[in-house]
Amino acid sequence: MSIDKKIVDDLVANDISFVTTVPCKQLAGVIEEVEARPEIFHIPSNKEDEGMGLCAGAFMGGKRPAIIMQNTAIGVTINTLATLIQYYRMPLPMLISYRGELREPVACQVEMAVHTKALLNQMNVPTYHFHKESDVDELDAILKYTFMCNKPVAILTDASFWGGYGDQ
Amino acid sequence: MIRSEILRDIAPILRDQLVVCNIGLPSQELHMIDDQPTNFYMLGTMGLSSSIGLGLALAQDKTVISIDGDGSVLTNLGTLPTIANNVADNYILMIIDNGSYGSTGDQPTYAGKKTSLTAVARACGCENVVECQDVDAGKVLQAAIDSKKMTVIVVKCDSGNIKLPVITMDPVVIRDRFMTAIKA
Repeated sequence: MSIDKKIVDDLVANDISFVTTVPCKQLAGVIEEVEARPEIFHIPSNKEDEGMGLCAGAFMGGKRPAIIMQNTAIGVTINTLATLIQYYRMPLPMLISYRGELREPVACQVEMAVHTKALLNQMNVPTYHFHKESDVDELDAILKYTFMCNKPVAILTDASFWGGYGDQ
Repeated sequence: MIRSEILRDIAPILRDQLVVCNIGLPSQELHMIDDQPTNFYMLGTMGLSSSIGLGLALAQDKTVISIDGDGSVLTNLGTLPTIANNVADNYILMIIDNGSYGSTGDQPTYAGKKTSLTAVARACGCENVVECQDVDAGKVLQAAIDSKKMTVIVVKCDSGNIKLPVITMDPVVIRDRFMTAIKA
């Protein structure tokens, strides 16, 4: 089974039916799979804080949401995480492409990569790092944990997890 | 009319609907005028009232009204294409456009200068965009509810604020009360 399909199967199995996305090359396959599933309403957002607002509304309307984004978005969403998602105590799985890690070809991506875990740690966001393909086996448990504790939870997925960037 | 006078005017219409209310003075005013469990007060996160309201409208069937301001829509201008391209006919975005950042001391916004949010909303692809004057806000809002078509309303009004206390209700209480009202 492809990794993209396995990830989206886990979302669906956990009753996640509202997913917002801001694209990343590494996440393209997952986003395509999200769009293809009839169980999921896929709503692309223009910026990640906007996406978190959509997720907050969907959660209050009775749906389980998720956001798919790049780690650069941590810089965009600190205020929204603190004053909306955490302050009103809402669950939000964040599937994050962890750019700027090993095998990264674009130097500038490293500049946010070095801050990513520190920022998530400062925000007390439970954070999981998928580095090997088998790490995805924990996704189901992480999603259950997120909706158990009503917190935003970060799942960082790096280039090694995705099998590199291919030919550069 | 200033924003608080408009809210007082439309409160009888709002009270039967799900309302997501913008951060700062708009939420404080609505809370003082007619606190309802069907009101979701934003205590922070400027700009996201329209996004929260759209997410809520897409997730369930009841009518949702997002009360927003011109300054907050300018902060999250990407919301308008998202609204236009994800039509929820139970969703109304009411932008109270007083051309200023009211909660921070009435500094002018670009919407009070050359930028027309009505024209921006239309250019983004929103199909039902109505611009009206403050005195007509209630009539236009009721018509939008009755139409059962997603509508963006831009209410032009004067800038100005009244003195009133901050909301001290706990955010989790606001959220829980709101979710219970949604399910009722």
